[in-house]
Amino acid sequence: MPQPIRLRVNGETHEADLEPEMPLLYFLRNDLALNGPKYGCGLQQCGACMVLLDGQARPSCVISVDQAQQHEIETLESFGTPDDLHPLQQAFVDEQAAQCGYCLNGAVVCAKGLLDENPAPSEGEIREALERVLCRCGTHSRIIRAVARAASI
Amino acid sequence: MPTPTQRITRSGTDRREFLRQSGYLAIGFSWLGLESCSGEATAGGSSPSATPGPPDSDQINAWLRIHEDGTATVLTGKIAIGQGILVALRQMAAEELDLPLDRVSIIMADTGHTPNERYTAGSASIEGSGTAIRRAAATARQQLLERAADQLGAAVIDLTVTEGVITGPGLDELSYGELVAGERLTDEVSPDAPQKDPSDYQLVGKPEPRPEVIGMVTGRPANEQDGYVQDMRPAGMVHARVVRPPVYRARLQSIPTDEVEALPDVLQLVRDGDYLAVIATSEYAAIRAWQTLRQKSEWEAADPLPDPANLFDDMPGRVTNSETVTSAPNAEREWESAPLRLEALYTRPYQMHGSIGPSCALAEYTDGQLTVWTHSQGVYPLRDSLASMLGLAAEKIRVIGVRGAGCYGHNGADDAAADAARLALAVPDRPVRVQWMREDEHGWEPYGSAMRLQLRGALDADNRIVSWITDLWTDVHSHRPGGDAAELLAAQYLEDGPDAPTEGYLGGGYRNSQPLYQIPNLQIEAHRIQGPLRVSALRSLGAYGNIFAIESFMDELADRAGEDPVDFRLKHLQDERARAIIEEVTQQVKRPVTNTEEGRGWGFAFARYKNQAAYFAVAAEVAYDAAAGTLRVLKLVGAIDAGQTINPDGLKNQTEGGMIQSASWTTLEAVKWNTNGIVSLDWETYPILRFPEVPEVSVSILDRPGTPPLGAGEAAQGPTAAAIANAVFRATGRRVRDLPITAEKLVG
Repeated sequence: MPQPIRLRVNGETHEADLEPEMPLLYFLRNDLALNGPKYGCGLQQCGACMVLLDGQARPSCVISVDQAQQHEIETLESFGTPDDLHPLQQAFVDEQAAQCGYCLNGAVVCAKGLLDENPAPSEGEIREALERVLCRCGTHSRIIRAVARAASI
Repeated sequence: MPTPTQRITRSGTDRREFLRQSGYLAIGFSWLGLESCSGEATAGGSSPSATPGPPDSDQINAWLRIHEDGTATVLTGKIAIGQGILVALRQMAAEELDLPLDRVSIIMADTGHTPNERYTAGSASIEGSGTAIRRAAATARQQLLERAADQLGAAVIDLTVTEGVITGPGLDELSYGELVAGERLTDEVSPDAPQKDPSDYQLVGKPEPRPEVIGMVTGRPANEQDGYVQDMRPAGMVHARVVRPPVYRARLQSIPTDEVEALPDVLQLVRDGDYLAVIATSEYAAIRAWQTLRQKSEWEAADPLPDPANLFDDMPGRVTNSETVTSAPNAEREWESAPLRLEALYTRPYQMHGSIGPSCALAEYTDGQLTVWTHSQGVYPLRDSLASMLGLAAEKIRVIGVRGAGCYGHNGADDAAADAARLALAVPDRPVRVQWMREDEHGWEPYGSAMRLQLRGALDADNRIVSWITDLWTDVHSHRPGGDAAELLAAQYLEDGPDAPTEGYLGGGYRNSQPLYQIPNLQIEAHRIQGPLRVSALRSLGAYGNIFAIESFMDELADRAGEDPVDFRLKHLQDERARAIIEEVTQQVKRPVTNTEEGRGWGFAFARYKNQAAYFAVAAEVAYDAAAGTLRVLKLVGAIDAGQTINPDGLKNQTEGGMIQSASWTTLEAVKWNTNGIVSLDWETYPILRFPEVPEVSVSILDRPGTPPLGAGEAAQGPTAAAIANAVFRATGRRVRDLPITAEKLVG
């Protein structure tokens, strides 16, 4: 049964009557029209749905809206806009680190979580931080370069 | 500072109101229009109207529109699938037109507007669409010059063009916009219209960035065309999920109708024969209903699937027909009598496209008109297939291409579109969004075909190949819908569905089965088998398996001859471009065939895709740690000659991606199934390469500006597999001939 749920997303508070066990992903996409987080597997295996939860990259496909109430949620949309890119996003553009781009939400969110904690990661640390993100186009080497570039700014 | 609290209610109107207030514009239904296209109204509202296509592709107008404001729009029948085609086609058009790149926009695959270019496949978009657009642009430029010459009273030869402005000898100026004056250029495209000399290129050959990347990294695409079909959210949209059977061809016995219809927000349960789906007003409601249906519907399984353990052994007994790809009357005799003979059997398992975003489509049926938004690679063939499946006239269907997750061939895109189309008929006037679940994509996409490759080769006394005989067994490599309803998954389960899928296309199975090497007696037989799993085109089709076998075998022959494998290849190659691309790699990796230290080694491979597209050579370095039981591909060093390079960064990106994807196929991937059905239903049961294990890759380009551009997007798949196999042999002394090459196969 729907219950009142209160969520903090990108600095704003939202209240809605929601099925408490509904994954956060569907609230972000369908109720807030945030298209950064993507559906990929619903099984926390691919990382397409990543968001920052209190600054940590987490898969929004398995976190319920009820659980998410306790946390500050940030999505890709909060980092920067096309006219005012976050340096990390700019680094992805500079490296043209995309093919189909479907995995980029996960890659950018995981990288943001990493760089906020560790501004000068090694390549190994970058790879580890992206471990939960699957990319099928094989854009990995560019994504790694983009994160390293952002770290060196 | 306190932040506002937003109260969200989930009923339709308030929610839409909220979305409006939050500044979000529903993507898609003010469809990209051609506002800027002269005299053409944009489709508005929820049912975009457009002229049923295709336009006459002999006309300039089909490919190119020049507008009064001096901008131009290119129309391509191809779709963006991550390959970066749109910027490359804009570069080609802008170059011929002498327009700045930012004044040339592009519209992709849409049966309401674009030419019919069939499929975005076979690495053919630059060669096909690019060539057509280049000719159309060259013809348009010539026409505009002739018009200007008339108006200025000058000769064409005395005119110059700078950024869309034509200047005459008296410095009089006329812009393209003034010259077209709102008219369409309806003349025929002339293949003879003068094209720019490549040495004068300003845009072609430059690494122009793809503008859509900005939308991808921000979640905010600049326009509808840069967004994903998964993210479309038109007003009034409803959500559907399709309940696939537990195994191919199972028959639906019973469904928990009452229970599902009683679930909140469920709009309709759709059952049509053995086809089952649910439509709900919210996505989560659709998913919950789908879960209930998955658990409680009863199916009667058809015959069990054959035991996967016997897949390759069974192939010779399952041949339905054979084709001689190339024959040499003396091949067998030469093989029999040669001083040095070698025979080897290679196999390639079923492998997945494995798109990261499961397939998705939207459709709306209004006033007898069906509009479908899809990431299909072929909007026109899909339109015809849908017409056949639904009994609608093709003119009543508009299929609009929208980005999806990378597909790498024929994945579930067309099937999801068929689902959306069928379900839109059930709820007229409401846009229906069908999102496949992960297990749908893994379990129901058409896989790349398994292959069995039996190679025999004989060397003469000078260690030259005198005879080469290949027998290959494979299912077909394309079951694209092609206008036929029977290839659409939904159609196969409908009450009045078509009988059986077509035979498909075997030709892809022997793609690249002929070595490019000089071989006096070459005999190749392709045997078609009817395999147990659903299959269709996967990036490079049979070329992946064939090149893996050929290039592994070349190393085996060289070893038998006691020669360096690279030298052995060069000795059998006369094609100068082939030799050049091999040398490009050997300059970077001095000894590409060597065992550097215990458990580490380099391997090499080469091929020309389809024997007529891009040349690609690659060296791979691998490391096998016996104690840890791990095999890693450390480095891939590739070089590509794709003729005239349109966008070098795009070409590199595609090639790097192909190498990494092939490394994943080659070291990890095989579809698992048992007699009860598919077992590989998620990323745990079908693992692919993850970031920590991805090899370092580099790609160098041998640009040949004066030659035609060659298809490149699939060139890396086969050679990378063989280079890895050859490196594993150097590193471990083990020749693995059955893909994937896993650490388990190296133990003991």
